[in-house]
Amino acid sequence: MTGVREPLLSISDLCVDYITDDGNARAVNKVNLDIYPGETVGLAGESGCGKSTLAFAIANLHNAPALITGGKINFQGRDILTLSPEELRQFRWSKASMVFQSAMNSLNPVITIGDQLVDVVLAHETISVTEAEKRAIAMLDMVGIHASRIKSYPHQLSGGMRQRVVIAIALILRPKLIIMDEPTTALDVVVERDIMDQLYDLKEQLGFAILFISHDLGLMGQITDRIGIMYAGQMVELGETEGIIANPQHPYTQGLLSSFPTIHGPKERLEGIPGNPLNLLDVPAGCYFQDRCSQCDTICIDVMPNIEVLQVPDERQVACHKVSQGDAL
Amino acid sequence: MLSHPVIKFLRRFYSGNMAAILGTLIVSTVIIMSAFASVIAENDPKKRVARGHQPPSAELLLGSTRSGKDVFSQVLHGGQVSLMVAFGAALITITIAICVGVSAGYFGGRVDEFLMSLTNIILVFPQLPLLIILAAFLGQVGPVVIALIIGLSSWAWGARVIRSQTLAVRNKEFILAAEVMGESKWRIILFEILPNLISIVVGMAMGTCIYALMAEAGLGFLGLGDSTIVTWGTMLFWAQSNSAFIVGAWWDMVVPGTAIAIFGGGLALLNMSVDQISNPKLKTGSYIKTWRRMKTEVEARRAQS
Amino acid sequence: MNQLTEATMVEQVVTNETGSQSVEVENLVIDFALDNALFNRQYMRALNGVSFSIKAGEAMALVGESGSGKSTCARTLCRLYKPTDGVLKLNGRDINASGSKMTQTELAKQIQMIFQDPFGSLNPVHTIRHQMYRPIRIHMPELKGDAIEDYMLSILERVGLSPAKQTADKFPHELSGGQRQRVAIARALATGAKFILADEPISMLDVSIRLGILNLMADMKEEGIGFLYITHDIATARYFAERTGVMYVGHMVEWGNSDSVTQNPQHPYTQLLISAVPEVGRKRGNATVDGKKSQIPLWKPDSKGCPFAARCPKVTDQCHTEMPSVTEVAEDHFVRCFAL
Repeated sequence: MTGVREPLLSISDLCVDYITDDGNARAVNKVNLDIYPGETVGLAGESGCGKSTLAFAIANLHNAPALITGGKINFQGRDILTLSPEELRQFRWSKASMVFQSAMNSLNPVITIGDQLVDVVLAHETISVTEAEKRAIAMLDMVGIHASRIKSYPHQLSGGMRQRVVIAIALILRPKLIIMDEPTTALDVVVERDIMDQLYDLKEQLGFAILFISHDLGLMGQITDRIGIMYAGQMVELGETEGIIANPQHPYTQGLLSSFPTIHGPKERLEGIPGNPLNLLDVPAGCYFQDRCSQCDTICIDVMPNIEVLQVPDERQVACHKVSQGDAL
Repeated sequence: MLSHPVIKFLRRFYSGNMAAILGTLIVSTVIIMSAFASVIAENDPKKRVARGHQPPSAELLLGSTRSGKDVFSQVLHGGQVSLMVAFGAALITITIAICVGVSAGYFGGRVDEFLMSLTNIILVFPQLPLLIILAAFLGQVGPVVIALIIGLSSWAWGARVIRSQTLAVRNKEFILAAEVMGESKWRIILFEILPNLISIVVGMAMGTCIYALMAEAGLGFLGLGDSTIVTWGTMLFWAQSNSAFIVGAWWDMVVPGTAIAIFGGGLALLNMSVDQISNPKLKTGSYIKTWRRMKTEVEARRAQS
Repeated sequence: MNQLTEATMVEQVVTNETGSQSVEVENLVIDFALDNALFNRQYMRALNGVSFSIKAGEAMALVGESGSGKSTCARTLCRLYKPTDGVLKLNGRDINASGSKMTQTELAKQIQMIFQDPFGSLNPVHTIRHQMYRPIRIHMPELKGDAIEDYMLSILERVGLSPAKQTADKFPHELSGGQRQRVAIARALATGAKFILADEPISMLDVSIRLGILNLMADMKEEGIGFLYITHDIATARYFAERTGVMYVGHMVEWGNSDSVTQNPQHPYTQLLISAVPEVGRKRGNATVDGKKSQIPLWKPDSKGCPFAARCPKVTDQCHTEMPSVTEVAEDHFVRCFAL
């Protein structure tokens, strides 16, 4: 599947820092990630791991105090970070669009949803208003909203419907890549499932790639092809979803997977991961996970592990000394 | 001592904050000079010490008024009264605004409705005409009454602001937790809600000070204050009645005016700088400079490769 | 008057002797006004005849989505809301009885609450020590001086915050989300409360921290504290609570032993809820239950029938007009549904 095709988005050695009065916090630390056309890649991790920062960096949306201090983001061959403002404006939304966290609150409350969709189309393409309205109605239909709601204001729609509108806005220009940052966190679980089903159907129809960012590994396990796990700004494990869920290699991934109580599994006491998240202003010289890792060794304390490609049990990238040493985990 | 939280806070507040440093300097200089007026200026401000309308010289630093009184001495002694009126009025305003605003915000319901109606009525009154009418009605009023009048008529807007801040804090979980804990309502207001309003209150205090200063000067200038007492406002009044500008004795008018402007400006600078710490999103800390420098470096590197 | 007091005292003694402390909610009804009209004021019914009990040393979970009324239950138990109808009992005593009114202090000694937002539940301007001292000063006036400090340190250690003295010196913004939630639990324990109402205590915490808090609460359960655990995550309800109640639009539609309710759900809403939860290791497949697309209804005091009727795949005509009665489908497993 992979390897022969050119990646749609290629992030290499990306570093994003937050400049504060107390020092520089490196929120994204030399991350490498490729996304191929039409695939769904998940990015999992907890607060402070850098996944949202990474998402913002792809669309070059960062303002002070965040700064992209290194690396390249190549989209179809061109480095986004070197685009001029006009090229960047064209890139945003027609090539890659974004659905933010609690996006349902990012709809303009005084403009009807139909107008918001039409505005997006007219901002990028020179077509007539009637044409744009037709596109808007077609798009709303695709996300499961009846055409009669085109004159509704956001507050007249439920949370789930607002989220569908946001997805419609993200897709109306048929971008190749859509970045979704915790799109369903604020929604009830039944509504969430409906939206995810709808998204899947849309993906089959339109063929876009998705970068899906969330902390909910259960949800990601269901919809992603590949998944990357981030901790304290670094990518610690990256590979095919099924493989990672069945056979996690990095201790953090293992801990994370055992932090979800199940409905149908055996009823036993789970432990989660001890300790607290890392303070990015005070990082150790060695592995960032050392304070919380059950497998921590002397080498882990002093030397930062590099991310390495493994072939067993399946093709995977893992950043862990114990794994690369060949210790079965 | 150096690591005491208050000292740390002050260091963070002042580092790189030009507005704060300047403002504090100006305000404290004016206050100190006024406080030690009798030491610095030897002449009695009410005594005639020279011929009328003498220009500034080595003996009379800022010249003399029409009646031969020392302008320098007057501006320093007058400062005492003007500043006391300004601080007094500000204190009255803040106290009433807090009482009304916090009660309305915390208790809600009927109390809120009643207090807000009262506030709206006061707000609707045009302030300066009200002040003028009150002062004229009461005749020649001394500084204390002036302070009272100003204080009692300008609390309305502050009350509204404090009320909305209180509403924002009131429904936070730590207030609910205190109620569930069995804390008395008064303790909750005084110790849980009020400390969260400090940055708003401080900013409001400074704004009110400036307003009260101007109001006192305005009333004095119009002759509505007690013109036998020396304040910056009455200095302006006498200068005006003696046509100081027209006869060329500019110092009579400019000196009190400048004093007001300088002190008001210092307070305004302090007000701006308090804003910076209470609203971190204003992006004016020292880290911004570092950010800009690094951004140019990174972009240069990127353009080369 | 004397007879009444005696009777109450006897009841209390009996309860204490047999050691069965409990909080009981019977037929709780709560209406909220939708407007401020003087005549013909419209009300919405947030809770419609909810009954459950919390026993010391046990956890009762209330599961439901937003708007189901689960938070309202908890807040009413703390007297943040007044019930429109129904009885709330603490150890057999009606907490809202007009005769011998229970003061807020008395209630606070027994029932405390922890909230969802770890960032909002501590006052940002006070140190942890100050916030811990308040409940101790109010509820344990016999402790003085060093005794208060020692008591506070012991509670902080009990919730897993060591070193306790360093933590007590800090401000809330210097602690992580998980640590703040532990402080909230410590503060609730400091009053000597036997019952803790936990309103979504872990949903705003990082995933790896959640289990730490849940396990802490499980340890406290062993020591005899009773929990009301409110959540939208039915998996953690099963993990932590012995009994679970499923709520929909202010009604309890299915309740009983947690394992029985989650492994063998009978009510169509429970079945829909369970099939919609994404589980680690379970592939996205055909949903076992599909709800019909419909809005969640706004329940009014005069609304009739089963609240789930508009979305239920097994709906019949009877469901729109009559409220189903309670059926016991297994031992300690009750359902309100016609389609069983």
